[in-house]
Amino acid sequence: MGRYILKRLLYMLLVLFVVSAITFGLMHSVPGGPFDKEKPLPKEIIANLEKRYHLDQPLPVQYLEYVKALIIPEVSTKKFLNTIDDDALFKFKIGKYYVKWVNFGPSYSSRSRTVNDMLKDQLPISIQLGFLAFCVAVIIGMPLGIIAALKQNSFIDYLCMALAIFGVSVPVIVLGPILIWIFGVSLKWLPVTGWGSKPPFAGGFLPQTWGWQYWKYAIMPMFALGLSSSASIARLTRASLLQVIREDYIRTARAKGLKERAIISGHALKNALIPVVTILGPMFAALLTGTFVTETIFGIPGMGRYFVNSITARDYPVIMGTVLIYAIFLVVCNLIVDLVYGLLDPRIRFE
Amino acid sequence: MTVDLGNALKNSNNAGNPITLKSESLGKDAFRRLIRNRAALIGGIIIIVLYVIMIFADKIAPFDYAQQTLSEQNAVPPWLMKVFPGMQAYGKPPVDNPNKYLLGADYVGRDILSRIIYGSRVSLIIAIIGPLISLVIGIIYGSISGFFGGRVDNIMMRIVDILYAFPSLLFTILLMTFFRNTLSNPAPGTFGAALSALDSSLGGMLFIFIGIGLTAWQTMARLTRGQVLSIKEKEFVEAARAIGSGNGRIMFRHIMPNIIGPLVVNETLAIPGYINTEAFLSFIGLGVNPPTPSWGAMISDGSKVVRTYPNQTIFPALMLAITMFAFNFLGDGLRDALDPQMRGRT
Repeated sequence: MGRYILKRLLYMLLVLFVVSAITFGLMHSVPGGPFDKEKPLPKEIIANLEKRYHLDQPLPVQYLEYVKALIIPEVSTKKFLNTIDDDALFKFKIGKYYVKWVNFGPSYSSRSRTVNDMLKDQLPISIQLGFLAFCVAVIIGMPLGIIAALKQNSFIDYLCMALAIFGVSVPVIVLGPILIWIFGVSLKWLPVTGWGSKPPFAGGFLPQTWGWQYWKYAIMPMFALGLSSSASIARLTRASLLQVIREDYIRTARAKGLKERAIISGHALKNALIPVVTILGPMFAALLTGTFVTETIFGIPGMGRYFVNSITARDYPVIMGTVLIYAIFLVVCNLIVDLVYGLLDPRIRFE
Repeated sequence: MTVDLGNALKNSNNAGNPITLKSESLGKDAFRRLIRNRAALIGGIIIIVLYVIMIFADKIAPFDYAQQTLSEQNAVPPWLMKVFPGMQAYGKPPVDNPNKYLLGADYVGRDILSRIIYGSRVSLIIAIIGPLISLVIGIIYGSISGFFGGRVDNIMMRIVDILYAFPSLLFTILLMTFFRNTLSNPAPGTFGAALSALDSSLGGMLFIFIGIGLTAWQTMARLTRGQVLSIKEKEFVEAARAIGSGNGRIMFRHIMPNIIGPLVVNETLAIPGYINTEAFLSFIGLGVNPPTPSWGAMISDGSKVVRTYPNQTIFPALMLAITMFAFNFLGDGLRDALDPQMRGRT
């Protein structure tokens, strides 16, 4: 088990390395630079700016510098200042040495901020939204699927599955404006744009307060984002449970005279949820990237806006940082799913 | 024609006729099951209607999609004001003919109905091109990997693993920017120039197709590989090899017909995803070039004025939802029809 995890972690590092290299190559091969403005700057100024951000060096050197700033901690006897050059995601002190670690670099388009700032201030909002949508998906999807399977071919089953197809077919960009129009504009129950928590966040990514002040902003986006995923969870849960219910060991359990409730919760559900768990990982990752769409519609100050703007502005560090962070989410989610999979199904061994 | 065994027996007993059982090809049988599935049938009919509308867009649409009448900005026909009473305070019908725009006009006075009709082009073409690119690349890649196995397989699948780690939406956005900008001012006479010309004549659709297609094939490649791996060990493949068939013949005559069904079904189920991605790209302004209409772009324009003119958002949104509904229904039905064992799964 330990060896398996270690192997997977090393493999993940390799994958992230390749992902970063491809992204780096791709974005630098797009013509135009971060300092090309509508009104061109004088050549000398551009040359100075490029020197300032090390853009005058050959690309491989730039890439290696970037990776070095990301993974190798910098140690100094002097305290790091609060300047952009000395910025990093983690700064701490060991003994008399000051250490800074993980530096995603500056942002070219907003000069006073760094990508680290963005990850500290904007990413938590996206994570909150993605996580809430994930909860909506699981909390609505699983019970709906279980009820539908237990009442197979009844009116309730058809109703649940009709709801599920409806959910799958209505994307965020359709559901979002319609929710805004119903609850925000017509009924005026909920605010149309914004988000209920601001940095600094509790524990790095949690909102400080969980009151109505927070939820009134969160309700619409989390449902808009989570609903279609809840529909696919419902369909998968139903199908998987239907298959398990027909297995021999369920018949044995019935023959032993177990109560229906005990059969379902003790024997059927555990096995039926294995395929569901496997899609939860990619789904969580998809919801995290899906927040981009939702953020645009509901005017939420998360990562999404920055990514789209950074591409048109050729803000290289922001592009790299965003792609890398989301790639990390993706591979970590997959790893967690594989591990949980093994816990749920003892037949699966980690090689 | 099929003869139900029970009925045949009954008939033969009644009339003394011999029992006739006709065998039925897989395709015919699947088609019959598909027709019997009411939801899939409705989905199919909606899709056919949508494609007819798309093909005859210039005959059906009352106006040109780019025709602006600035004096009739945000015009609202009388019937809409009855449906949305909130609009009565500021909604104005066109002066000369109140019902000139059936669904109203947008912020520069373009007919919304016409734009919805023309906008079906992007969504419905991506519904064909997306699966096509994904099938072609995915099947070729996956079958090479599965068929040859060993080190080739190992390397090819590691590449797919790595591509999987890319957040696909971000990667699509990045790819599209790359194509748009690298090929924006190409030297005349080159391949790039031809692509660029094709793209602008399609209103910016080409690069959307490429961007979506390039990120979509990995699932298909994995699926194909798995299928090929399981089929190539079967006896009939061994038999074909024994009588001296070459790799190509085995691949196309023996393996491909056995795996194509599930692959196509899988791709049909992915169509709503492609439509959604295109709509989203147009929504954030990275999709089609204006004034080419796209439902995503229309929803985006409309959502800016959703407080005052909800009709500008709701109608394109409705069309997008209906289209995705139809493809979901059809995909579900197709899967049930081709693979009865899979009925009701996912």
